[in-house]
Amino acid sequence: MALLEIRNVTRRFGDLVAVDNVSINIEAGEFFTLLGPSGCGKTTLLRMIAGFDLPDGGQILLDGKDLAGTPPEKRPIHTVFQSYALFPHMTVTGNVSFPLKMAGKSPDEIAVKVKEVLDLVHLSDKGESFPHELSGGQKQRVALARGLVNRPRLLMLDEPLGALDAKLREEMQIELITLQRDVGITFVFVTHSQAEALALSHRIAVMNAGRIEQMDEPSKIYSFPVNRFVADFIGRINILQAEVLEAAPDHLRIRIPGMGEVRAPAKTGAARGQKGVLALRPEQVRIAAKIDDVADENHFPGKVRDFLYVGDITTYIVDLNNGARIEALLPNSATGRAKFFEIGDAVKVAWPKDAGLFLND
Amino acid sequence: MINLLNTTRVTKWLVSGPPFLYLTLFFLLPSLIMVVASFRYPGDYGGLAPLFGVEPGKETGLTLETYRFFFSDFIYTQIFIKSFGVAMASTLVCLLMAYPLALLIAHSPRKHRDFMVLLVILPFASNFLIRVYAWMIILGPQSAFSLAVNHLLGWFGIAPVPLLFSSFAVLVGMVYVHLPFMVLPLYTNLEKHDPVLLDAAQDLGANAWNRFWKVTWPLSLPGVYSGAALVFIPVLGMFAIPDILGGTGDILIGNLIKDQFLGTRDWPFGSTLSIMLTIAVLLLAGITAMISRQGVRQ
Ligand SMILES: Nc1ncnc2c1ncn2[C@@H]1O[C@H](COP(=O)(O)OP(=O)(O)O)[C@@H](O)[C@H]1O
Ligand SMILES: [Mg+2]
Repeated sequence: MALLEIRNVTRRFGDLVAVDNVSINIEAGEFFTLLGPSGCGKTTLLRMIAGFDLPDGGQILLDGKDLAGTPPEKRPIHTVFQSYALFPHMTVTGNVSFPLKMAGKSPDEIAVKVKEVLDLVHLSDKGESFPHELSGGQKQRVALARGLVNRPRLLMLDEPLGALDAKLREEMQIELITLQRDVGITFVFVTHSQAEALALSHRIAVMNAGRIEQMDEPSKIYSFPVNRFVADFIGRINILQAEVLEAAPDHLRIRIPGMGEVRAPAKTGAARGQKGVLALRPEQVRIAAKIDDVADENHFPGKVRDFLYVGDITTYIVDLNNGARIEALLPNSATGRAKFFEIGDAVKVAWPKDAGLFLND
Repeated sequence: MINLLNTTRVTKWLVSGPPFLYLTLFFLLPSLIMVVASFRYPGDYGGLAPLFGVEPGKETGLTLETYRFFFSDFIYTQIFIKSFGVAMASTLVCLLMAYPLALLIAHSPRKHRDFMVLLVILPFASNFLIRVYAWMIILGPQSAFSLAVNHLLGWFGIAPVPLLFSSFAVLVGMVYVHLPFMVLPLYTNLEKHDPVLLDAAQDLGANAWNRFWKVTWPLSLPGVYSGAALVFIPVLGMFAIPDILGGTGDILIGNLIKDQFLGTRDWPFGSTLSIMLTIAVLLLAGITAMISRQGVRQ
């Protein structure tokens, strides 16, 4: 039985359907991520799990028991809020011991548990500090410690790293993974950052406009997006308008305006004449000054229009001679040179015939 | 280095200078005038006797007589104690009545709040004395309110009590007049509380009782302190309400001081009473500040 079962949950605000018939099963010990753009309903779903809001339809079950009649303070579920929501009038120790006091634990037990959890988040020396004396990262850790200290069945984190700068965010990501593994508590993590979701999660649910578009492991979501929204939202990708010319059992022959005819992997249900897009990751596209005709590759000549140098890799934007535009990615690891191509260079791009995905529009 | 030191010193003076001047002019100097007056003799027809003898046999110069007089009759200390009691009771009742109201306003939709605050301060639009006289009618023996109260008491076998000209009427008047001074600082404070803190508390297992006493109340203490000060101090000096609503036994410090200046025309003793009042209030403020500093470290 799943730890948390969300069954056909719907929440409306007037005409707006903020959460639309969502069903999720979350297993004990899982690091589960809700990923989606701002306003897609992630917080609304969290608030219903926490008990601050009630579904208009559907059920939420914890350990098989319907939570409908249980108020937030009685649910063994804690939340780390985006703004941390630390109590400004309490010290770090006061904040972290709060849930234990509410649970009626003895002072001795409280002291032991608070010390344990502060060690865990590396804040042992900050017990007597007040929130306003802490840095953003430290506040984040206090909020985590406060959520974890009474060992909830489920810890929900609503965009907890959003307020941190990039470097700190990366450090906290690594700490979060370690922490979740060490304490063994189920995490439901909410973010609008696809990179964060891919790096942290065991499983991701990609949400859009209140609905779940795809739910799977990070590598599956990245490699096999089920539709254009997911493909576009996760990572950089070339989205090329396409029409099916021939749907063979082992491959597709498609036409891309401004490019020409290409081969793509087979797709069940695709039929001749069907319109859609070809989704192709830049790292699947090879770029070179000269490419010999290879039978198992699609290849086209073009000119470098622009490039994006980010240190370890460079993304080249190439205008094909036939008119289409495509992004190709090149690692800068070759010795002895800093850059491969200049703007205006004539190049060739190529990708394997079994790369890319044809997606319905 | 020296230059920097000088500029900071100059800046410090520029910043603290005007408030310092202001306090000297409007607080320190008047207080000093009163201190000096309290050590002098009363004049023949009110006012103060001249400092240097003009006629032989007349009392001139400085004296401790008024202070000796204050401490020789216990009645004055008694009135002081009673006044502080009334001020504390008024402050407490104001707090009990204002807190729920301030919470209600702070939790109302933003667009309604200004209107509700306006309603709170609306009584200021009519004259203070008229509003106090209105209570004479409300509490008068033939008023519907009086009749209802006494009828109710009758059910419990209690003989009718006059409401007007009593300590009760004084308390009612004090609370009524000073309630807005408690509501406003409380509301200003409560309105600034981040509602997510209450969500967090509830999420972490706090029921409504604990959410109030562990989060809302401690965070509202600055508002409680300023509201209490704004009620307590004016009530201490108030003479009109005891005059109008109180009985003969409901004299407070304010009445006493007023009488010295306008009735008995004993300015030195009036000054003495005022100084004792100021000292008592400052002592109390100091004690409160010390307690609150120990209680909530910000
Ligand atoms: N209490 C509410 N009343 C009306 N609309 C709301 C309320 N809460 C959220 N919404 C709307 O529901 C949608 C989803 O919001 P939210 O769950 O906060 O999105 P996310 O957390 O994914 O950014 C948004 O369009 C938001 O404006
Ligand atoms: Mg949100």
